[in-house]
Amino acid sequence: MARIEIARVSKIYTGGVRAVSDVDIDIADGEFIVLVGPSGCGKSTLLRMVAGLETISEGSVSIGGRRINDVEPAERDIAMVFQNYALYPHMSVYKNLAYGLKNRGTPKAEIDARVAEAARMLELEPYLERKPRALSGGQRQRVAMGRAIVRKPAAFLFDEPLSNLDAKLRVSMRGEIKQLQKRLGTTSIYVTHDQLEAMTLADRLVVLNGGRIEQIGAPLEVYHRPASTFVASFIGSPAMNLLPATVFNGGILIGDQLSGLSANLPNGHVTLGLRAEDLRLVTQGTGMPFTISFIEDLGAQRLLHGLCGGHPLVVAVSPDLDLPANIRLTIAADRLHFFAVDTGKRIEPGPAPVQPAQNGTETAASEAGMTAGF
Amino acid sequence: MKRVQFNNRFLPYLFLLPQMAVIVIFFYWPSIQAIQSSFYIEDPFGFGSTFVGLRNYHDALFGGDYLNIAVFTVWFTIVVTVLSLSIGLLLAVKADAILRGASAYKTALIAVYAVAPPAAGLIGSMFFDQHIGPFVKLVSYFGWDMKVGVNYYDTAFAMIFISVWKQIPYNFIFCLSGLQGIPVSVREAATIDCRSGFRRFWTVILPLLSPTAFFLLIINMTYSLFDTFGIVDTVVKDKAANNPVTLVYKIYLDGFRGNDLGGSSAQSVILMIVVFVLTIFQFRFLERRVHYG
Repeated sequence: MARIEIARVSKIYTGGVRAVSDVDIDIADGEFIVLVGPSGCGKSTLLRMVAGLETISEGSVSIGGRRINDVEPAERDIAMVFQNYALYPHMSVYKNLAYGLKNRGTPKAEIDARVAEAARMLELEPYLERKPRALSGGQRQRVAMGRAIVRKPAAFLFDEPLSNLDAKLRVSMRGEIKQLQKRLGTTSIYVTHDQLEAMTLADRLVVLNGGRIEQIGAPLEVYHRPASTFVASFIGSPAMNLLPATVFNGGILIGDQLSGLSANLPNGHVTLGLRAEDLRLVTQGTGMPFTISFIEDLGAQRLLHGLCGGHPLVVAVSPDLDLPANIRLTIAADRLHFFAVDTGKRIEPGPAPVQPAQNGTETAASEAGMTAGF
Repeated sequence: MKRVQFNNRFLPYLFLLPQMAVIVIFFYWPSIQAIQSSFYIEDPFGFGSTFVGLRNYHDALFGGDYLNIAVFTVWFTIVVTVLSLSIGLLLAVKADAILRGASAYKTALIAVYAVAPPAAGLIGSMFFDQHIGPFVKLVSYFGWDMKVGVNYYDTAFAMIFISVWKQIPYNFIFCLSGLQGIPVSVREAATIDCRSGFRRFWTVILPLLSPTAFFLLIINMTYSLFDTFGIVDTVVKDKAANNPVTLVYKIYLDGFRGNDLGGSSAQSVILMIVVFVLTIFQFRFLERRVHYG
């Protein structure tokens, strides 16, 4: 149990490729941090630098106040769970769990007690004498977890531990990891490319892109206030709709069509972000026309793929909703996201304008209060 | 695994035929001939043979220097196997760990394997030559007056040296590919679990390398017993008499130089039985400790 400070850490490979650039993360004691991003974003490299499997090119990492840049992996007081389990194939489950303790000179009785405790916690007791190859994928994953738990380290490092499991097992193991971490209170860093896993596990999310941090924050904070178009499109499923838009005298044009939406922003081009699940259908009134191209039925929700102002847009609706012939869309004004066109960074509009800019929106705006119509 | 169905039930046997023919003609037939002629005394000029029962075996086991040569062969086999295997493994472990120039290093080590045994023996003979050999010159500075082909122990040293040198690349290739077959993540897990690299090697790397090591152990013993023939020949040929030779070389000497076909056949049957027993022993007792992935 310890605080982990990652300060201005970079990884520069020979040839000058920067896999990780100036990453700063301050991880509190007992916190569950998830590093998330697409493949090649540097998340695994960052984790491996904390583990000591990669050298740290620049910056420093400290665990529990001790700088560990030049400390051997075995002496960093961390335990790692690998994607492909990395169990020792020639050792029984018991020996796999005991190996790290034995090498640290832990007394036999203590090893026995800790292995028994971990085996009970992970329901591995019947398998202690088996070799890893005689176990199922889920059981192997438990052994890998057990190997980390018995050590009682300052931090757990997880490198995509669930991606080799099937979908159903992944959900249940996800729950178990979360519970276990809460129970043990061990500081954890978890790497994944699965945004759902990231959202459900994390106390705080770190979204990485091209070796840089795009955003750090609690899952819902990241979901509701994405710091950039990258985060907006990466977190949340289906991905946020991003449309090119123009602000003119407080009104918003999507493509070349007047949308009637308003924002307190200076004139110019912006990227407008609309979550599929925030959009509402209206049967009458002043919403913007939306033409459906195709429909995806997911059971719990129904995704309408179509065009709005000439740009592709996805709307999530309840599956038992009757689709009117003439669909128009509305969205709550506080659910609009704006991003700069050049940098992709989030722009916060000023306080809501008193005067709607367009005549057509007047009725809709006054009817629904906070709701702005297309 | 893809299963192939044959329409004609004799077709698979036809495909097996070339392989079986090679085994029968070059292994079983000579073996049976050797067993047969080991019970006869062959006329040196080929005018006939006389059945003598087990006399050839008795002569071989109790006659002359057979036992001395057998003892030397055992030592020779153990030393060559242990040295070439451990040096090959050591080099492979080191080659596996380096990051830069790895391929140049590997090629340099593997290249020796392309040298044919007699050529290796010849290179070795030059290396240990009384007049021009650089090794002899080098050790003379340390007061070792080396006389390969005259001094029994010096000759043995040269033979072992050349045999080991010749076999290292073979072991190196297999050990290296064995090492590279060990998953990277397992090694990484071990670096987190165990601080000492030496201990990691003994507890994780070596057990995972055991199938390769077991295979190499058998191959190296066979090499030391039989394939060193060319090296022994180039080192001791046309040299003074009191030189160490291995059993295989003695069989050759007795059979083709001494024209005692019956005697040398008896010796080769004995050797065949020894190797047979040894192989069974290895599979029964050593293979149990081998972990196949």
